[in-house]
Amino acid sequence: MITVVKPGLLTTVQDLGRYGYQKFGVVVCGAMDAFALRIANVLVGNAEGCPALEITLVGPRLEFERDALIAVTGRGLAPRIQGTPVPAWRPVLVRAGAVLDFVPEPAGCRAYLAVAGGIAVPEVMGSYSTYLRAGIGGLRGRALQAGDVLPVGEPSERGRTLIAILAKRRGDGFFCAAAWSVDPTLLPAYRPHPTVRAMPGPQFHVLTAEAKRTFFHSPFPVMSQSDRMGYRLSGPVLAMSRSLEMISEAVAAGTVQVPPDGHPVILLADRQTIGGYPKIAQVATVDLPLLAQVRPGDRVQFAPVALEEAQALLRQREREIRRLLVALKHVMTVESR
Amino acid sequence: MNPVEIHPLGDSAAVVRFGSDVDPGIHARVMAFVSHLEADPIPGMVECVPAFTTVAVFYDPIQMTYAEVEECLRERISAVSVAVARPARVVEIPVCYGGEFGPDLEHVAAHNGLTAEEVIRIHTAPEYMVYAIGFSPGFPYLGGMSEKIATPRLPSPRLAVPAGTVGIAGRQTGVYPIETPGGWRLIGRTPVRLFRPEEYPPSLLVAGDKVRFRAIGLDEFKAIAEGSVTE
Repeated sequence: MITVVKPGLLTTVQDLGRYGYQKFGVVVCGAMDAFALRIANVLVGNAEGCPALEITLVGPRLEFERDALIAVTGRGLAPRIQGTPVPAWRPVLVRAGAVLDFVPEPAGCRAYLAVAGGIAVPEVMGSYSTYLRAGIGGLRGRALQAGDVLPVGEPSERGRTLIAILAKRRGDGFFCAAAWSVDPTLLPAYRPHPTVRAMPGPQFHVLTAEAKRTFFHSPFPVMSQSDRMGYRLSGPVLAMSRSLEMISEAVAAGTVQVPPDGHPVILLADRQTIGGYPKIAQVATVDLPLLAQVRPGDRVQFAPVALEEAQALLRQREREIRRLLVALKHVMTVESR
Repeated sequence: MNPVEIHPLGDSAAVVRFGSDVDPGIHARVMAFVSHLEADPIPGMVECVPAFTTVAVFYDPIQMTYAEVEECLRERISAVSVAVARPARVVEIPVCYGGEFGPDLEHVAAHNGLTAEEVIRIHTAPEYMVYAIGFSPGFPYLGGMSEKIATPRLPSPRLAVPAGTVGIAGRQTGVYPIETPGGWRLIGRTPVRLFRPEEYPPSLLVAGDKVRFRAIGLDEFKAIAEGSVTE
């Protein structure tokens, strides 16, 4: 069990999303940075889509009632245990009674905390993700509050092996971090003002010639009215060459819509399922983690990518995650000898 | 029949477009295609989302390239072109019009040169078509409202519209299943829950259903809300 001493700005239970219910208007939700959530789970021996905490800009203060194997990934928040910095992107064994908190970093927006065994909340419509607007999923359908107690599931066999390895080395300390971590070259190219690859959307051709150029050549600052539903972009206005009579239809994560004011909106994890604005572009799925780590005020730039290349990049990312799993198994075999 | 178009929606979805008009015939093809795909999904399919004229097919791009998905979908379209969608279900939604539940009923009436009673009569007359569920969980996009009660949206949306509120926006009408901000003109409220996360399906209405509104008084509203009367 983990007690929430302070909840942070917006800390929610997330997994990889709620699929199969969009036709009922139920939004997908799930981690904004799915890569970071998957890796955090892998590092503690969980299934990749296990429920974990998504932590936004200001971190929570959490007290562990029992020994726990954790991993913190993502960007923007540096973890500490009893005030001592803890390395991210690696497994860490925490002693019962220890307090975990976070120090804001200059860049990045969302950190993920996975615990071996996962956060044990009830499954709702096939997912553990918190759907804030409908008040379902996660912990009682809402963000964490002070005084909440998070139940933790049973660690997997791999999780127990990691715990045994780290326990031998822990000594008297409040925590013991693994001596190895995820190869930084495997991480997405996180940076404050990222360039994300995007494919032209179904209504891209309706933009004026100037707007088409502008879209792929200008940085767009992210406005403060941006959240898990979507990012509103300021900067240049994108004009349409003619007015469009749009009939509402499905949208996806990474869809870039242009409402009548000409300021594009990127739809993200908590997007509504159907939209009625022109869809001028679609951010490549492989680059969604970069957007997850953007803060209001940061600038986003779009670079064109072909659909075939976007899919090839995604398959390459998947192979890298598989290699990481193999490497993890190898390290565990060596260390448990 | 319109030629069917298929185009990508990013790297993880394809959109099958059966036409470009809001039309019951086009929507029947949309629903027939969804039924077909759900009974026999293409490889790598995650889910499909019907709307007025389109079916969006979400797929796993690790398993399938877009070209493969498009080819599968083309084959399926020719296979279901003669299929018939299931007969529509008619769902009655009881609505308590006006008063605190419908603060804009008088405005809708005045805007159209009608009395409140005439607005209610016109709103309860048709059998509406559920073209899609979206915007919020369980929210029906309905077709078939009379233009006689069409009213523009509010200039600026209300911050919170209660669950169950029935509204009009332009030539559309709909029901808010959960409390959300909203700019529609509010004419009444239903005690019936449209979003039911504990049930399957979690939505009272599904695309392809038909809806009829029935005017009820405050007593019946309370009775249904308290569960003493079944819907």
